[in-house]
Amino acid sequence: MPKLHWEDFETGTVGVYGPRLVTREEIVAFAAEFDPQPMHLDEAAASATLLGGLAASGWHSCCLLMRIIADGFINESHSMGAPGVDEVRWLKPLRPGTRVRVRATVLDKRASNSRPELGFVRGLFEMLDEQGEVLTTLESSLMVKRRPPEARP
Amino acid sequence: MRYFEDIAVGERFTVGRHTFKADEIKSFAARFDPQPFHLDEGAAQASHFGALCASGWHTAVMWMRLMVAQRKREVEAARACGEPVAAIGPAVGLRELKWLRPVYVDDTIDYAYEVIERRPSVSRPDVGLLTVRSTGVNQRGEAVISFVSTTFIERRPS
Repeated sequence: MPKLHWEDFETGTVGVYGPRLVTREEIVAFAAEFDPQPMHLDEAAASATLLGGLAASGWHSCCLLMRIIADGFINESHSMGAPGVDEVRWLKPLRPGTRVRVRATVLDKRASNSRPELGFVRGLFEMLDEQGEVLTTLESSLMVKRRPPEARP
Repeated sequence: MRYFEDIAVGERFTVGRHTFKADEIKSFAARFDPQPFHLDEGAAQASHFGALCASGWHTAVMWMRLMVAQRKREVEAARACGEPVAAIGPAVGLRELKWLRPVYVDDTIDYAYEVIERRPSVSRPDVGLLTVRSTGVNQRGEAVISFVSTTFIERRPS
């Protein structure tokens, strides 16, 4: 299948990607490497914190979300990276043994004024658990290559 | 170790620095952001980035790692003096995360943050919310990352 260009993204489109089982081992391994706070490393220490038990680092949720959408559609697209993230909200803890999915909604899109070879696609990315509860939301613009001028609709 | 009440808006803190090596850039990308320009020198050279560069998430999580290391040193110093230690975390979210420039192989990023807002929690009288703007600057003095994050911090017991 040919890779998607900016022109192929449509506002309002919803895709669901995953699932991915998040194990205790990977939560602890990520925390040990990047966010070694007791609430992400150890059940007893975590139960004494506001998280009320072992939960993944919020950064781990972001990184897992990135991986799921990379496998889901970004690597099927002419991705040129992202200029940033408008907002991340960590609404509920990501617990060991949760099977997560990511729901991606295209909020809007616009051509770049300064760089005619690319356009921006702004998306809402929601990490969901098995019950459909939203654990983390992330709003971000992706940069996607445009079709060559002669191939544009 | 400072409580919510002891921290003033406008205070600025250094966090630490990290040099991004090719191996760790690729290892991080293979796990979390497997796009060709983060994984392979040849593919990166052919891309608009022009050379292998770190995932933006990698640049962000190194800030977290350095923050935790710095806090550990502060906690140990406070305990050595017999001072109480205020609990910090978890964070509730972040906004305005900007990846301003690519982080290339062997770039060294210096991280710092500034307190921009402080407010009591409405629902929990024992904690407050601290909002900080964090930045990362490379060895040429160019900003590469900036974001605003909000975290719970313990209030001084009355």
